[in-house]
Amino acid sequence: MTTPRPETLAKLTPVLTKRWLSPDAWGIGTYEKLDGYAALRKALRAHPDDLIQLIKDSGLRGRGGAGFPTGLKWGFIPQGDGKPHYLVVNADEGEPGTCKDLPLMTHDPHSLVEGVIIASYAIRANRAYIYIRGEAVHAARRLRNAVQEAYAKGYLGRNILGSGFDLELVVHSGAGAYICGEETALLDSLEGFRGQPRLRPPFPATHGLYASPTVVNNVGTIASVPYIVLGGADWWRTMGTEKSSGPMIYSLSGRIANPGQFECSMGITLRELIELAGGMQPGHNLKFWTPGGSSTPLLTAEHLDVPLDFEGVAAAGSILGTTATQIFSDQDCPVYATYRWLEFYHHESCGKCTPCREGNYWMVRVYRRILAGQGTHEDLDTLLDTCDNILGRSFCGLGDGATSSVTSSLQYFKQDYLDYIEGRTAPKLSDKQLVGAH
Amino acid sequence: MTVFTEETRARAREIIARYPADRSRSALLPLLHLVQSVEGYVSPAGVEFCAEVLGLNKAQVGAVATFYTMYKRKPTGDYLVSVCTNTMCNVLGGQEVYDTLAEHLGVGHDETTEDGRITLEHAECLAACDYGPVMTVNYDFFDGVDPRTALGVVEELRAGGRPMPTRGARLCSLKEMSVQLAGFADEREGAVADGGPGEPTLRGLRLAEQHGISVPGFDPNTPIRSKAEADKAAEQAKAAQAAGAAANPPAADRKPAGDGAGAQQRNLKEAEAKK
Repeated sequence: MTTPRPETLAKLTPVLTKRWLSPDAWGIGTYEKLDGYAALRKALRAHPDDLIQLIKDSGLRGRGGAGFPTGLKWGFIPQGDGKPHYLVVNADEGEPGTCKDLPLMTHDPHSLVEGVIIASYAIRANRAYIYIRGEAVHAARRLRNAVQEAYAKGYLGRNILGSGFDLELVVHSGAGAYICGEETALLDSLEGFRGQPRLRPPFPATHGLYASPTVVNNVGTIASVPYIVLGGADWWRTMGTEKSSGPMIYSLSGRIANPGQFECSMGITLRELIELAGGMQPGHNLKFWTPGGSSTPLLTAEHLDVPLDFEGVAAAGSILGTTATQIFSDQDCPVYATYRWLEFYHHESCGKCTPCREGNYWMVRVYRRILAGQGTHEDLDTLLDTCDNILGRSFCGLGDGATSSVTSSLQYFKQDYLDYIEGRTAPKLSDKQLVGAH
Repeated sequence: MTVFTEETRARAREIIARYPADRSRSALLPLLHLVQSVEGYVSPAGVEFCAEVLGLNKAQVGAVATFYTMYKRKPTGDYLVSVCTNTMCNVLGGQEVYDTLAEHLGVGHDETTEDGRITLEHAECLAACDYGPVMTVNYDFFDGVDPRTALGVVEELRAGGRPMPTRGARLCSLKEMSVQLAGFADEREGAVADGGPGEPTLRGLRLAEQHGISVPGFDPNTPIRSKAEADKAAEQAKAAQAAGAAANPPAADRKPAGDGAGAQQRNLKEAEAKK
């Protein structure tokens, strides 16, 4: 393995991930030794409005995929309205390719807990929930343990550190539904219903949990807060780009020598990330990749130098999403990859909106036909037409996301589809597998 | 309804108490995990129990129970073996792992072996793509599996053993795991401490450590500006600008003050326009 060049190494910005190297950082003792809960003490001495302004000044944007400015979101919570306010952390990590929140909660759960307390203080919430993906059992173990430790130390509960501020925090496990990563579906689920998205407006800022003002933020967003409180907005902005400030955890998986988590200055390119990951695996050449999970349009080797920040990826026709870069090579088939993602969207569609529920059902069948060597040229038009009818016609982004890999793979790799249809590629699915597919 | 003991009822009360008094329905998901911890699946009796303690009707509870993948609707084995067959794990060999286990165990998706030990399922992305292909046993990870190692794990399980997951805590039964999912602490001595981070998780950190890279300029004592101070600073900046001091370049790497807010406002407008 070749050593990455110094200028590439310089893009590494270990901030949120830094404590993962300390084996016991999940426990409060180690956490407190490593700046832990210092940000909370500092924040509780400040006025809540000044904290909101600090986050605005930092330029922090949501780490869950949408990139909405966090300080602005907090500022939308009406103050003095006499209603209870809520902070809900979206820890329902499930976007295919994404694997950054689980290690964070497993190896440094207190940073999330501390962020929750500071954020709740800023928006004047006395109850907060962490909605964690059900399957994330070890992360939940560590998180529940951290919450218990924080209560015991007086960081949670009544009159936190003598400040007069009260906060109850509950870790709430989901039960296996990708859709609950969508914020309004998450709120419905947290209220004890099927997780289905709500029509917006009204937005959660005014009508969220229990129809009260609610901030819903991703794990990485909230875990960033203590660092900004400690280091300041100007320091935070020394990382990243002008409009996409700060560090970001890039999750690299697939055909590279060393897959894993790389926390880097926002705006790093895939070429640089692959360099950090030790290059492609021997015998593999980059063919296609997702910049931020399977709901973001595929990119190709032409896009190696696209800055991976919110603006850069959008300009290249995709979405930064969750910075889950899944890397596929010339030995992987984009048609099969897309088919497998569609099986996922079909399975995870909550069924509320007809275009998403029916469209994904039928697209899966078209893909099976193509991959079994029984596709027609007309099938490709059918796929594009179906995508047209799903995109923008569902309540939430799941429907939109489902179309991303279909339209982008047809844009860049139409020949691969034609090779199945015209018999140049051997069928990937047999009739037997067609029956077995759920 | 004898299957649910007083202990279960006490736990149910504890779960309900976590949520605001008039919002007890929020307790439904953990309660469904709780009844699953008793019976190994959500049975009609489990649905009835949840309905009773929350003052809902059975249809309301059933509608929720059938929506979520983790609530099983027929008896399960002691160990739920989930193999990720989503795209990344799939192309790295996860499909082969699943097919091998299905053939070896003689069961299909969501089916249980005759000895009641193992329920097999193919799972969607388990959020461990850097360790792919992965499988989980009662949701704790076995990383980088292939057909041979996966068979080894299930064979050990069938023989009454409990192989140690690659990451995560030592195994427990699916019923015991459901107690944790209902929101109760893992009481097993040392279980929370089990499982250090794997190398992929630490990859970027190791590089940074090896090359002595950290983010400069971090001062934990940086003051938080109060609104009064911020207003004063803004006024001074304005005055300075009026005095022709605008030619002063900002410090290296620092972005000009106020630039961010404008970008955010624009972003908000764009977001609003899209809606």
